[in-house]
Amino acid sequence: MAVDQAPPAGQPADVHAAQLAGLDALELGGSTSSGLATRVWGRVWPMLLAIAIVLAIWQAIVWSGRWPEYVFAGPAETFGKLGERLSDPEYWQAIGVTMRRAVTGFAISVLVGLVIGALVSRIKVLRAAFGSLITGLQTMPSIAWFPLAILLFGLTESAITFVVILGAAPSIANGLITGVDYTPPILLRASHVLGFRRLQLYRHVILPASLPSFLAGLKQGWAFAWRSLMAGELVVIIAHQASLGERLYYDRELADSAGLLGTMIVILVIGIGIDLLFETGDNALRRRWGLQQVRN
Amino acid sequence: MTAPLTERAARRTGGAEPAVRLDGVSKIYGQGKNGLLALDNISLAVEPGEFVSLLGASGCGKSTLLSLVAGLDRPTAGTLDTGGRKIAMMFQEPALFPWLTVAANVEMALRVQGVGKKERRERATEFLEIVHLGGFGGKRPHELSGGMRQRVSLARALAQEADVLLMDEPFGALDAMTRDLLHDELERIWQKRGLSVLFVTHNVREAVRLGDRVVLLSSRPGKVAEDFPVDIDRPRITDSPEVAELASTITDRLRKEVLRHGR
Repeated sequence: MAVDQAPPAGQPADVHAAQLAGLDALELGGSTSSGLATRVWGRVWPMLLAIAIVLAIWQAIVWSGRWPEYVFAGPAETFGKLGERLSDPEYWQAIGVTMRRAVTGFAISVLVGLVIGALVSRIKVLRAAFGSLITGLQTMPSIAWFPLAILLFGLTESAITFVVILGAAPSIANGLITGVDYTPPILLRASHVLGFRRLQLYRHVILPASLPSFLAGLKQGWAFAWRSLMAGELVVIIAHQASLGERLYYDRELADSAGLLGTMIVILVIGIGIDLLFETGDNALRRRWGLQQVRN
Repeated sequence: MTAPLTERAARRTGGAEPAVRLDGVSKIYGQGKNGLLALDNISLAVEPGEFVSLLGASGCGKSTLLSLVAGLDRPTAGTLDTGGRKIAMMFQEPALFPWLTVAANVEMALRVQGVGKKERRERATEFLEIVHLGGFGGKRPHELSGGMRQRVSLARALAQEADVLLMDEPFGALDAMTRDLLHDELERIWQKRGLSVLFVTHNVREAVRLGDRVVLLSSRPGKVAEDFPVDIDRPRITDSPEVAELASTITDRLRKEVLRHGR
């Protein structure tokens, strides 16, 4: 019966507190977590399996003889060549140049995206004017910007950076705008009652609330930046400045199939690596916020 | 502990102005013919230190009324006077900030007032201790149970040091046992701090268990249907015969209100 379970009102406060504490302890329960090694292995083996399958298909195509081996090199030759190149400092310089461009381009994109996103999400007129334009920019293939960029900046790094920013900034701005739009109304109401207004509300409530969406925008922005950069490096070849895109270009010119495939693998690995960084950040955030998906 | 009823009644009517006064307040959503009259000519006063339960079936505009008092919305007609008092509010959901720890959530009420970091921390701990969650300041909201989150929400509302506490079905989503405990908690805190409380609920027994008065609202449009004084000594027990008897009287009246809308 409920009467037996419910404590009579007005009991001494300590009995009361003890009952609450008992309920709290019951409701929280325990948590289990498996060891680090198990978790790492759980994530690594599917990746290894995927790599093995891809390599097998690749080798099978080479063996099928559809293309001569100097046009389409097999895995063994490709990785041999890649190993050779990775022990050459010049190749690392090329990777360095590409990474520097990627990082500066992305950093500027984040700044631009933040400013545009903040302004557009706050100011109604700007929203009406530019909201759909920003989304539209996202659908514009970045390679289509290059003719204009080359006209404006010539065959320089600025042309590449320009296109990288145009590729990445809209996604980042959009992520922020979406986050602001989807701030839970209940939090806004609670904040209003607490006394938060305007800038304080923006700083302490709306911006933190839009963090997950902003992070998703960053991740997408990175993907666009990386693609634009590779397109740019293939189109805008700058003398005496080796880069990964430039390597691809010359490998094709010289019909160096193994070298070309090796560089493609490097580009893929860098892209995946950075994507993993974003995912780690995203997972950490989800764990802190309690948004974690149930995993098996 | 509890002031005798007569003394409190005296305090209630003791000359002081009401903490919250609504005079002929109406609220219409939308415009012209399509306008929906949510609240119709509501007059209601909450005296300082009084606990008023606001009861009604769904669609009676209970939540709208609280939103108006909280300043989240403006009345279409009538006057609303809180005498410049500070107002805190609790919602049906805890409405905690998921990116902040429990303590930082409580601190948000102080941060907005420009309280320094060190003092903020100390006072947040005090308020968490009031709701018996002193040891949970470092946790994240999602690590707590529903009842605990609602207590954090209460601590945050208390940290505003407001004179008036508005509560919008704050215990609606909790199990019966937790709710009973929180009723005792709320009663203790209310008495100790001399708050004026406007407590919205659709649970008749809860309204009687807590309120000095139970104000029954009719539905569509919301109007004050009847005002029941609750002359039962505190502390009360939800399942006591006195509470049950008044609750059944009020339920009958509520049923009539609902039937008016049947076809």
